[in-house]
Amino acid sequence: MGKVDLTRVKPYGDTMNDGMTELTFTLPVPHGPEADEAARQLCKKMGFDEAKAAFSKDLGQGFTFFVMYGKCVHTVDFTSIKVAKADVEVMSREVCQEYIAEHIKRSVVIVGATTGTDAHTVGIDAIMNMKGFHGHYGLERYKGIEAVNMGSQVPNEALIAKAIELNADAVIVSQVVTQKDVHVSNLTNLAELAEAEGIRDRIVLCCGGPWISYELAQELGFDAGFGPHTYAEDVASFILTEMVKRKLV
Amino acid sequence: MSKLNLDPKVVNGARSRAARIAGKVQEFIDEHTTVSTERTVARLLGVDGVDSLESPLPNVFVDRIKDAGLLDRGCAYWLGNTMLATGLSPQRIAEETALGTLDPLKLPTVSAGEAENAVAPLVLKALARIRAQREERETLLGKLGEGKRPYLYVIVATGNIYEDVVQARAAARQGADIIAVIRTTAQSLLDYVPYGPTTEGFGGTYATQENFRIMRKALDEVGEEVGRYIRLCNYSSGMCMPEIAAMGALERLDVLLNDALYGILFRDINMQRTLVDQFFSRAIIGYSGIIFNSGEDNYLTTADAFEEAHTVLASQFINEQFAVLAGIPEEQMGLGHAFEMDPEIEDGFLYELAQAVMAKEIFPNAALKYMPPTKFMTGNIFKGHIQDALFNLVAVWSGQSLQLLGMLTEAIHTPHLQDRFLSIENASYIFNNARHIGDEIEFKENGIIRNRAKFVLSEADALLRQIEEDGLFSTIEQGKFGGVKRSREGGKGLAGVVVKHGDYFNPFIEPMMRGVK
Repeated sequence: MGKVDLTRVKPYGDTMNDGMTELTFTLPVPHGPEADEAARQLCKKMGFDEAKAAFSKDLGQGFTFFVMYGKCVHTVDFTSIKVAKADVEVMSREVCQEYIAEHIKRSVVIVGATTGTDAHTVGIDAIMNMKGFHGHYGLERYKGIEAVNMGSQVPNEALIAKAIELNADAVIVSQVVTQKDVHVSNLTNLAELAEAEGIRDRIVLCCGGPWISYELAQELGFDAGFGPHTYAEDVASFILTEMVKRKLV
Repeated sequence: MSKLNLDPKVVNGARSRAARIAGKVQEFIDEHTTVSTERTVARLLGVDGVDSLESPLPNVFVDRIKDAGLLDRGCAYWLGNTMLATGLSPQRIAEETALGTLDPLKLPTVSAGEAENAVAPLVLKALARIRAQREERETLLGKLGEGKRPYLYVIVATGNIYEDVVQARAAARQGADIIAVIRTTAQSLLDYVPYGPTTEGFGGTYATQENFRIMRKALDEVGEEVGRYIRLCNYSSGMCMPEIAAMGALERLDVLLNDALYGILFRDINMQRTLVDQFFSRAIIGYSGIIFNSGEDNYLTTADAFEEAHTVLASQFINEQFAVLAGIPEEQMGLGHAFEMDPEIEDGFLYELAQAVMAKEIFPNAALKYMPPTKFMTGNIFKGHIQDALFNLVAVWSGQSLQLLGMLTEAIHTPHLQDRFLSIENASYIFNNARHIGDEIEFKENGIIRNRAKFVLSEADALLRQIEEDGLFSTIEQGKFGGVKRSREGGKGLAGVVVKHGDYFNPFIEPMMRGVK
């Protein structure tokens, strides 16, 4: 097997540096040899050599669907990559509970919601609900945490009002399904609202969802952002450590 | 012949309990009306359009009466009375009321009987229009035919009705049998129905009568081309249940989401308001030949699909009885359920199969609506496509009627054109390839499948017993459905509920329930 050069990484199919990549997309052109050629040329411009349509299909209304294979010509330097991550040690639920008892010594109020137009509660429920997700219990089950899940399609104003009413220590917000990047403007609006209402400094503000990265969250004015594969203990560990660090106890 | 060997005594007992539960709520319903119910009467009597501030005229007229505290007589009374005093049509009456050139409440008043006689010809006209649409559907079905069940049901949701038309036509060509136009976010919370064609919406497209008409026309055209009647579906649960049902009846929708419990639990609509609204909306649905869909599947997105399966069945029993009370035949009852268990559960497929077959055996003539996995879709589109395949296999095996197709990109974005194609291809392949599997395979005595069905049925029966004792309102207050608690006085829209006067009349209920021709 060829040795990987981490300064020049490209996709792996079955041979080192073969660049093999699969892509699917739809073009607004009628099905036929010209459509396949258009897809091939487009792949070439995207940086795929020897691109082929393994499958193409007429979707009706002048649209054609493609499954393409091609060899990626580009590489990235893996050794120079830096990704911003929440710099915190993840504690188990039990350790979180001990941490609260030892360092915070009162109950921690966390208000959460799926905000804006998003009707999907799966993310916020996975983090907050008693049952949690995949065997990771949610925040409601944590002794010392008072978790308030406001559900979906909560206006930012209502979330902030609830946080003020309950004197919340942390506000967590989930954005699952988005369209035309509305989650970005919605999250920005929430951070600004927290600022305008004068509570930004005394809360830990986090967001999460499939489109969220730590870096994006920081850019938008949040303390942390959590992507896929996040469980309640990741969020709790960050919030509790951050509270102590910022002396919000 | 039952494959699950369910005890008919338990099924019948549960059904009787549900009938008593619904009957109790019906007593409450019969004493009340709502602003939305009365706006529907206004619409059916011919009031349409908006005023200079874009307020729909049915709202303007009904609010005028409501603000004066006189809605307890019903909108039909005031329209009939004003017609007799002025000789104007309901539309002109509403327009002049909006302009302030007429005050319908400052006229001499007649008896309820006289007002009812005055609107009677308009009632017949509206009924005839709805009847004609129903007959048109039957004619087209006879002429074009339709897809085999389970019908392939897909969603379009661009926000722009004209863009929706493009996607809907493409989906029909790919094999879809039902096109549902998802509503724009939070339309269910609007206490009015927007007017005219719309091109701006988020996560969906406004339900308006004009949008219904545009999509109906497009589907009729593509139906001719593909040689198959294409059904149109929209959503009425929310603040305007009966109004949207009436528009759907007038524009020949074929399927309509319609569930007060869904509105209460998942949209926080006041329970009194929406249960009263639901009654008139279901009378319209029954009369127009529309299949209604209930929203039990949603319980399993917030509660656990394995542990709370019985709440779905209990709610289906109750929804069935509400439909019976509104005169809806079984064939139009699209009771909902879903394939939502955690894929990590060992034998989860067997449990899903058991529950789907159970629903079919308990509601054999209903047009069951089966909903796809959503909660455990991860963004791994390849695994998601397989989850959807298992869901499709259960559907064809258990004889579901309306199959809302799962999308491999669920939990990522609203469907792209190709996602819809892939999901239709997935379902068509499995439905065809396993068409008669349900006729061939029986289930082992005392096996996992039979035992699961028996267990869920007995749990549902126990829950119904408890609901009968506590009443439906208290049950919802305790959070028994979907793990969501709602209070009797809470939620949106309670201010729109009015206690009926002794002389109140709604001229449509009786002829619709009688199925007048």
